[in-house]
Amino acid sequence: MAKIVIDGVTYEVNPSNNLLQESLSQGLDLPYFCWHPCMGSVGACRQCAVKQYRDENDENGMIVMACMTPATDGAIISIEDVQAKKMREQVIESLMISHPHDCPVCEEGGECHLQDMTQMSGHNYRRYDKKKVTHRNQYLGPFINHEMNRCITCYRCVRYYDDYAGGTDLSAQASHHHVYFGRQDDGVLENEFSGNLIEVCPTGVFTDKAFSKRYSRKWDLQVAPSVCTGCAAGCNTSPGERYGELRRIVNRYNSEVNGYFLCDRGRFGFDFVNSENRITAAFRRNRNGSEWIEEVDTGDARAAVANLKKTSVLGIGSPRASNESNFALRSLVGQENFFAGYSDLEHESMQLINNLMTNDTFHNPSIREIEQADAILILGEDVTNVAPRIALALRQSVRGRARELAAANQIPQWQDAAVRELAQRELSPMTVMTPYATRLEDVTTHSIVDSISGLIAMAQSIANEISNEAPSSSEANSDSNKEARDLISQIANELSEAKRPLIIAGSTAGDPKTLKVAANIARALSANRSKPTDLCLLSPEVNSVGLSLMVNSENSLGKALALLSSGEVKNVVVLENDLYRRASTASVDAALQTAESVVVAGHLPTPTTARATLVLPSTAFSEHEATYVNFEGRAQLSYQVHRCHSDVLPSWRWFMGPDIAHVDDLISLCASEITELRVLSELISGADIIPGIKVPRQSHRYSGRTAMKANINVHEPKQPVDEESKMSFSMEGVPSTKDSNILASSWAPSWNSNQSISKFQEEVNGELKQGHVGSQVFEKLSAQQSYFEITNSPQGSPCDLTISFAQQIFGSDELSAKTATIVERMTPSYIGLSLEDADSRGLKQGNTVRLGESSAIAIVTIRSKQKTGTAALYCAPGEINPFDVAEIKTICKSDTKQAVGDLDCLQLSDHWEDD
Amino acid sequence: MSVQMSSDSSMIASTSTRARKLNAAEIAEIEHEMTLYPDKQAVGLEALKIVQKHQGWVSDESLLGIAKYLDLPASDLEGVATFFNLVYRQPVGRNVILFCNSVTCWIMGCDDLRRHITHSLGIDFGQTTEDGEFTLIPVPCLGDCDKAPVMMVGEKMQRKLTRDSIDELVVEVRIQPKARDDV
Amino acid sequence: MTDRPLTRNIDLNRGPLDIAGYEAADGYQSMHAIAKGLSPDDVLNIVKTSGLKGRGGAGFPTGLKWSFVPRGDGSPKQKYLVVNADEMEPGTFKDRLLMEGDPHLLIDGMLVAAYTIQANMAYIFLRGEYIDAENALKKAVKEAYERGYLGKNILGTGFDLDIVLHTSAGRYICGEETALLNALEGRRANPRAKPPFPQVSGLWGKPTIVNNVETLCNLPGILAYGVDWYQGLSRGVDHGTKMFGVSGKVKNPGCWELPLGTPVRELLEGHAGGMRDGLELRAFLPGGGSTDFMLPQHLDLNLDYDEIGKAGSRLATGTMIVLDDQTCPVGMVGNLMTFFAHESCGFCTPCRDGLPWVDEIFRGFEAGTGNQKDLQILHDHIEYLGPGRTFCALAPGATAPLGSGLKYFAEDFEKHITEQRCSYKH
Repeated sequence: MAKIVIDGVTYEVNPSNNLLQESLSQGLDLPYFCWHPCMGSVGACRQCAVKQYRDENDENGMIVMACMTPATDGAIISIEDVQAKKMREQVIESLMISHPHDCPVCEEGGECHLQDMTQMSGHNYRRYDKKKVTHRNQYLGPFINHEMNRCITCYRCVRYYDDYAGGTDLSAQASHHHVYFGRQDDGVLENEFSGNLIEVCPTGVFTDKAFSKRYSRKWDLQVAPSVCTGCAAGCNTSPGERYGELRRIVNRYNSEVNGYFLCDRGRFGFDFVNSENRITAAFRRNRNGSEWIEEVDTGDARAAVANLKKTSVLGIGSPRASNESNFALRSLVGQENFFAGYSDLEHESMQLINNLMTNDTFHNPSIREIEQADAILILGEDVTNVAPRIALALRQSVRGRARELAAANQIPQWQDAAVRELAQRELSPMTVMTPYATRLEDVTTHSIVDSISGLIAMAQSIANEISNEAPSSSEANSDSNKEARDLISQIANELSEAKRPLIIAGSTAGDPKTLKVAANIARALSANRSKPTDLCLLSPEVNSVGLSLMVNSENSLGKALALLSSGEVKNVVVLENDLYRRASTASVDAALQTAESVVVAGHLPTPTTARATLVLPSTAFSEHEATYVNFEGRAQLSYQVHRCHSDVLPSWRWFMGPDIAHVDDLISLCASEITELRVLSELISGADIIPGIKVPRQSHRYSGRTAMKANINVHEPKQPVDEESKMSFSMEGVPSTKDSNILASSWAPSWNSNQSISKFQEEVNGELKQGHVGSQVFEKLSAQQSYFEITNSPQGSPCDLTISFAQQIFGSDELSAKTATIVERMTPSYIGLSLEDADSRGLKQGNTVRLGESSAIAIVTIRSKQKTGTAALYCAPGEINPFDVAEIKTICKSDTKQAVGDLDCLQLSDHWEDD
Repeated sequence: MSVQMSSDSSMIASTSTRARKLNAAEIAEIEHEMTLYPDKQAVGLEALKIVQKHQGWVSDESLLGIAKYLDLPASDLEGVATFFNLVYRQPVGRNVILFCNSVTCWIMGCDDLRRHITHSLGIDFGQTTEDGEFTLIPVPCLGDCDKAPVMMVGEKMQRKLTRDSIDELVVEVRIQPKARDDV
Repeated sequence: MTDRPLTRNIDLNRGPLDIAGYEAADGYQSMHAIAKGLSPDDVLNIVKTSGLKGRGGAGFPTGLKWSFVPRGDGSPKQKYLVVNADEMEPGTFKDRLLMEGDPHLLIDGMLVAAYTIQANMAYIFLRGEYIDAENALKKAVKEAYERGYLGKNILGTGFDLDIVLHTSAGRYICGEETALLNALEGRRANPRAKPPFPQVSGLWGKPTIVNNVETLCNLPGILAYGVDWYQGLSRGVDHGTKMFGVSGKVKNPGCWELPLGTPVRELLEGHAGGMRDGLELRAFLPGGGSTDFMLPQHLDLNLDYDEIGKAGSRLATGTMIVLDDQTCPVGMVGNLMTFFAHESCGFCTPCRDGLPWVDEIFRGFEAGTGNQKDLQILHDHIEYLGPGRTFCALAPGATAPLGSGLKYFAEDFEKHITEQRCSYKH
């Protein structure tokens, strides 16, 4: 700790930070633009000018940029100094000379850092009367608007997009006061994290395109703290609603999970909530003879569900539904009749993951901890497309090498440009072993593309190289050449020498053996290091882990389908799940057709609801309060943001009796019945801050509340009462700024933009004051202490190509794929082949192939890194059920004339091009 | 830079198909530069200059061709190409006139000469004559101030300029045989 | 021995000396002296003792600059020497003469610098428009390789040096040493934050020295003839000779190598022949476009770094731009502002957005639309664009003629406003 004096007051600060960061950590108001808490300083905007004095006798001092000056012990500075204030005012005056002053029509208005800083700096009279510089805007794709005329040239966008997120298609162009930030030409911003530009840009250059089309000011949105349901990362979000419509999602800071950033799937993939196709009433379908549908009264529907209890019934849970709804279904049908709502292979993987997560040989790293890894091995997982936010974290991990070099050269870590310059292209070692090349290729030290069985064999050798206690691959020494052996020992060395190695595996690789061998590597490292090694085990969906903790190990989906097909069980209740994404068409058809009654709760029509006898409308993530458990076992609470149609209920309400009135009661019940989920009780929103007074979801400036329904009836309706939560659907109450736990939209005096979050952090980048980062469900046990023995025989593939299933950030998640903007970025089914395999089949880039005897068609994409003899098949939703093509024997050129689309939206790191 | 006001996704062109394949001479020179710099980003800027030497200017297609050849992001190359004064992202005439308008030349009367040359060529700064012979570009101080006013025509310095000497020069260039074939 | 170590081989009536001619004129003696047993530290001490200051403009002691390069076993193996031959300062035309006139002298000096910091790779960052210099240097580098002064194990010393001649794609900001490094790396030439200094983390993150052409050209003499000789050259407190130039409406504009400490009057009235007939000296910029105006009252000052500094300006490049009494001082400052505004890299706010405003105001004066508010804005910008406020020295350089111009030519500014025209235009 160091002591510095700011305007006569002594503060204890961290000397390894700069003066700006420390001033903000102390809660002081010092304007800035180019500095960002996650990206450090570059000194471009000159907005954070302060006066620094040599010592207490120095009366003149000199102007320095706080962001570029270390908070050295004994430093004496003044923010309030007249010259410093004048400098800051002049900077703003300069920045604004060409700004269009279009705040009334700008989407950033009211939450604009530029507006805030302009006010704060005291520039309120415009002297510039010359011609403004203007720019042309670009088309940047379905997510983001471009309005370059608002730009103040802080360089944050390119620093975020290129340097932080690894994007390659946004750059600073031209020079002097014509500097331009854009693509080389019009086109979609390719990076999977482009949406953060909206929040990183301190003004309205990059804005949310979908939001623009149904725009509302920040203070007119009804908001509540939420958790993203797009994948298992569990990023914290703030969805905003107006006029019954979910309008946008922005980041909500959680120091341990997503920090300041979301992925584009999470930010943009919510529009299914507003879908015209939403199921808004319960309905019954008669499947006998001529099919007919009739709406059912909510009470009748609930009674019908309750009656199922008395029959032979089983329930199928859902990894994309909340703990509460899964638990309620389990309570309805009984634990022994509650079945996994994911594929059998995934079920096996999830059982294993649960087991490993409680093992004290391993540590389950949070995303923030992942950023600290200094050597990484990824086995089998396409992280960017499975849990995107983690891929963004990995891009920061590999910069560990740069951080080390900077430290050795006495360059402060916050000197962003200097650290990057020093390190050049040096990165911490990262090995990616996957069945197809991933989007992390550019930051990967060793990229190994092979069949899963080939990867497992190699990973076994790596484990054995780290510790000879670890079982090696049976074929390890026989056929591997020296080059391969050297690579294995190099990877083993890199992991062994690391201070904080990280092993990543997961369930989407589709082979539980990858988890076992990943655990063996981590165990070997733990043994050598005598402390737990970070083992990150990915699962694909928001509550895969939560569901897995409720399902008996023998209750696989396959078993449920068999029980139904055989007629052994007559009735089935399916929770928020399309079973045709979980098992083969034939097996699901057989089960659902045989069952006497098929009850399905869901938001949207699916092939499964199409075969239901009773469909129950259920609320979407923003319409109910719920808990989810993320990939690392972190349980988090997501509040209801807005109400929906009164006949639509949270799924759990369809299943539970009237004795459970509040979701909190259900959470408590779930916590008491399921040992593994007992920490859920910590999440319950609990007592009101002031008894009887709730926290409003609407800001104190919420417009038009008395008038917004006047077109229907001039009588102002009573505000709906939220019986369940400590939040209210109103403007009145204790502001959420009193408690970061329920802070969805940060705001502080003078700070209307998202930058106000620093006012709620213990220190910049720290935890939120009073904030809750979630609760870990896994308690570490001194469990199994031995290595897994792995019998790794290459699967006797019926096809001459070993097929793995590729993932897509836009498409592989069921619900986000029903959002219009996401659809624009989705790609049809494709099959990635090596050049050799394509040539030998007479296939060219863009040809189509038929998969086996099925009608499934995929477009050929030749990939330069694809291992010959393997293929990466992406099954687009609604096109191919992967379980139907797992056993295909042939892949041959198709002469189909049907339009299959093109692969323009496909981003590959190894797209092969003919010269 | 070509930017279009558009919100129509059909405007997106696949960059790979628009890239011009670099010719053998360009590639040979770029490969030589690869031996002089330890990082290909440095070669990117050299490649822009090489392509300009061969093509007269750097078209979008050429820029994309370089990006493809060196596997550098096209947007980064654009950022560099548009930063520097001597990389031409628009077609130029056979003779680029770099007209010094910095302080000594100004004292020595370059404003008057500028009016004269723009009038006699019929073009302003940044423009090319209709016959494709001249492009007129202002340039910061050419470092020949004791012989001001000065300008460069092609690779040759022209010193102690007067209205008459400019006129003579223009005529001379126009009648001399074309050394370089149009590309 | 010579009293013009920088220009003694330069004869504008013939081409530059080839390597044989250069060797015959005591050329490459420095490398021979090193081969006879001078260690890098020995050379560093000689250069430190000589008192040589950088000739690029800032006047920082060369030996001291070199001494910040990490030495010894723990230091990075790869180090770079970079020659700043990006002469682009308005009114400056000295390095062109040195490179066109005697290219081997530069290579000779580079050998000394590279040996001292143990850099085995050197880049000459040459202004793209300097075609003649490029050709001269190309030829000289080729000859030096052939004669064994470049390449592996030079003169048996075990020291290797390769030189790459890089021609700039053109930006004034590349003259700023860290911006130059970015340009050399093929990036946008925005300057870098200092610290870290290039000596620690420079080209591709490796220890790097960037020296001006003229600075390096001083080295062969110092090594060949010794520190005493070198210090004896000057007439003032600073050591050695310097290239001095005069441009503008003088009788005999040109560039001469003169001892430091030469009186301004001797340069202006002697070498440059005084003002053209019918013209009076109004003011002069002593060292290029980024220096403060000086007045006729300063003619008897000596051309020394400190002496010029005390008079409120800077010796900088030593190339003087003369303003006569029939040229508009407001127009002259305005011309410089256009230059600086255009050459701003666009990285930091005051420079990027402040200079164009200043420039626009000058255009207003020219067009007869200026007002008192404009004048106030100009005054505001002097401090705002000053040292420490901006990211690099470009905008502070612009404030030198701006600030001193507003001070010395206040009446002219007022007149532009009151008369709503430029009275120098006929």
